[in-house]
Amino acid sequence: MVSKTVTIVNAEGMHMRPAGMIAKAVKAYPDTEVILKANGKDIKAKAVMQIMAAGLKKGTEVEIVANGTQEQAALDELAKMFEDGFGE
Amino acid sequence: MTVFNGKGVYGAIALGKISVFKRREAKVKRVHVEDTQAELKRLEEAKQRSVEQLQQIYDKALREVGEANAQIFEIHIMMIDDDDYNDSIQSIIETQSVNAEYAVAVTADNFAEMFASMEDAYMQARSADVKDISNRIIGNLSDAGADEETDNEKVIICADDLAPSETVLLDKDRVLAFVTAFGSSNSHTAILARNMNIPAVIGAGEEFLNAIKDGTFAAVDGYTGEIFIEPDEQTVERLEKKRCEDEDKKRLLQELKGKENVTLDGKRINIFANIGGVDHIGAVLASDAGGIGLFRSEFLYLESSDYPTEEQQFAAYKKVLESMAGKKVIIRTLDIGADKQVDYFGLAKEDNPALGFRAIRICLTRPEIFKTQLRALYRASAFGNLGIMFPMITSVSELEKIKAVCEEVKSSLKQEGIPFSDSVELGIMIETPAAAVISDRLAPMVDFFSVGTNDLTQYTLACDRQNAAIEPFVDTHHEAILRLIEMSAKNAHANGAWIGICGELAADTTLTETFLRMGIDELSVSPTFVLKVRDAVRKTDLSK
Repeated sequence: MVSKTVTIVNAEGMHMRPAGMIAKAVKAYPDTEVILKANGKDIKAKAVMQIMAAGLKKGTEVEIVANGTQEQAALDELAKMFEDGFGE
Repeated sequence: MTVFNGKGVYGAIALGKISVFKRREAKVKRVHVEDTQAELKRLEEAKQRSVEQLQQIYDKALREVGEANAQIFEIHIMMIDDDDYNDSIQSIIETQSVNAEYAVAVTADNFAEMFASMEDAYMQARSADVKDISNRIIGNLSDAGADEETDNEKVIICADDLAPSETVLLDKDRVLAFVTAFGSSNSHTAILARNMNIPAVIGAGEEFLNAIKDGTFAAVDGYTGEIFIEPDEQTVERLEKKRCEDEDKKRLLQELKGKENVTLDGKRINIFANIGGVDHIGAVLASDAGGIGLFRSEFLYLESSDYPTEEQQFAAYKKVLESMAGKKVIIRTLDIGADKQVDYFGLAKEDNPALGFRAIRICLTRPEIFKTQLRALYRASAFGNLGIMFPMITSVSELEKIKAVCEEVKSSLKQEGIPFSDSVELGIMIETPAAAVISDRLAPMVDFFSVGTNDLTQYTLACDRQNAAIEPFVDTHHEAILRLIEMSAKNAHANGAWIGICGELAADTTLTETFLRMGIDELSVSPTFVLKVRDAVRKTDLSK
């Protein structure tokens, strides 16, 4: 299991588009489970509606936890997406 | 004639017959089923069909409204695949032994409710997306297919609300406009309407739904948000005229977009846009302006009930600079006083406010206000191509003081390790006769001049802008004004500075040739005039 803590930098927070990007990225690693820990909640990274419903705002710290055969690759890709502000 | 008011989401006019949007919305009944496995299989097939349909909608949207706007349908597909959503449907079918339609409808209500209860208006609007995908699945379960027969007449589509997929699926060639009784301007439907260039009004109210029927003649004004049912002759005439003007403008836009601002004999000029707030950046980008020649920073002060903080200002300036992506953005420092008053500044009442305590005079008297603004501006300069412009200059000593404050702000930012651009251009407004007359002394101290023709006219001709009684005496083409502009242009160029015009005169195309001959480098006009001025420039021949 690997994990990394990142901060949401894009101004609009985790709205529909970033949520979709995360869920899409995670689906490329079917053997790896990825959880986002934020505001005391566990959010499944492949569940687009859960991510949106969590209503995470700019500045929120998110711990990405990946567990599975491709955990490091999944973690790196997701962490980079957060750090790049989802291209916004 | 009956008039309804909603919110215009795309400014354009349409006149035509109403078509009430019919949705193949099957009423969902709760039915007991014995074979839940068969029900789950039926659900699976309906979901698969839904995904295929959404893929087609995505492709259509990609072609018509671009990738950024089509993306929503890709996310809709993911929502159909969402584990929580599916677990909920499946468990309702299995535990209650009910039909799939009912399970989807209940799940949709629960998820929509969850989004609707969130604080954020954006997230609240997402409940429409959940309902949209769920209705699609239910539609595919009941297989109510069979599209209606339609003739080819163009119509105004009226509905209670339109889901994003319904909006994209509307045949653009048949839709004159659309009007919805409910819905928010945050909805993707509104966003899509803007991108499809369809006149649209949302939130016309429940009454509106009762007042419409198929075939009734109506007019939609997407600018004001008004809908006229059976409009009278004058209204039709008025809107028809507005619509024709729109068409002309659109034609001009199509022809001139992306073209250079160059005269027949090859002289180039920059055409920039004037704006008064962050909200108007969209209009600037749509206008095809080469940059922003005048960004009035007053709105930050006028819209606030106390002095805007450095952070608030920084955020606004940064947004403008980033949105313009490297194009020049000239921000004018605070220009209040005279006709623009702000209570919390506590300014005394004056007999002659136009000749009074305003603009740079306030900034130099109350340096804390000035420094806050300059710090925000320099900090934002790291995010784009910034020019700072100072209003109401009359003397060399004012400019010396201003430059000293700029240096002070820069050195304190440097000490704090805060980044800023070292290529920020500094310029002044030429809007007093004094500044024009001593422009030879001012030009070596700045990177650019920008002529504010409205105030320059008022001060040169001694005519109060606010006094309607003296309007016959206000000759905006007065030789004295034109000579002052020409003198400023010569002095600017002799000292390596450039000169623009940002007052109303810049958009006066009867003077475009005169300005080009003076060697004016930039004309900054309201976004709606950018292409009109480009048109005038491209028709000018200076060799004759």
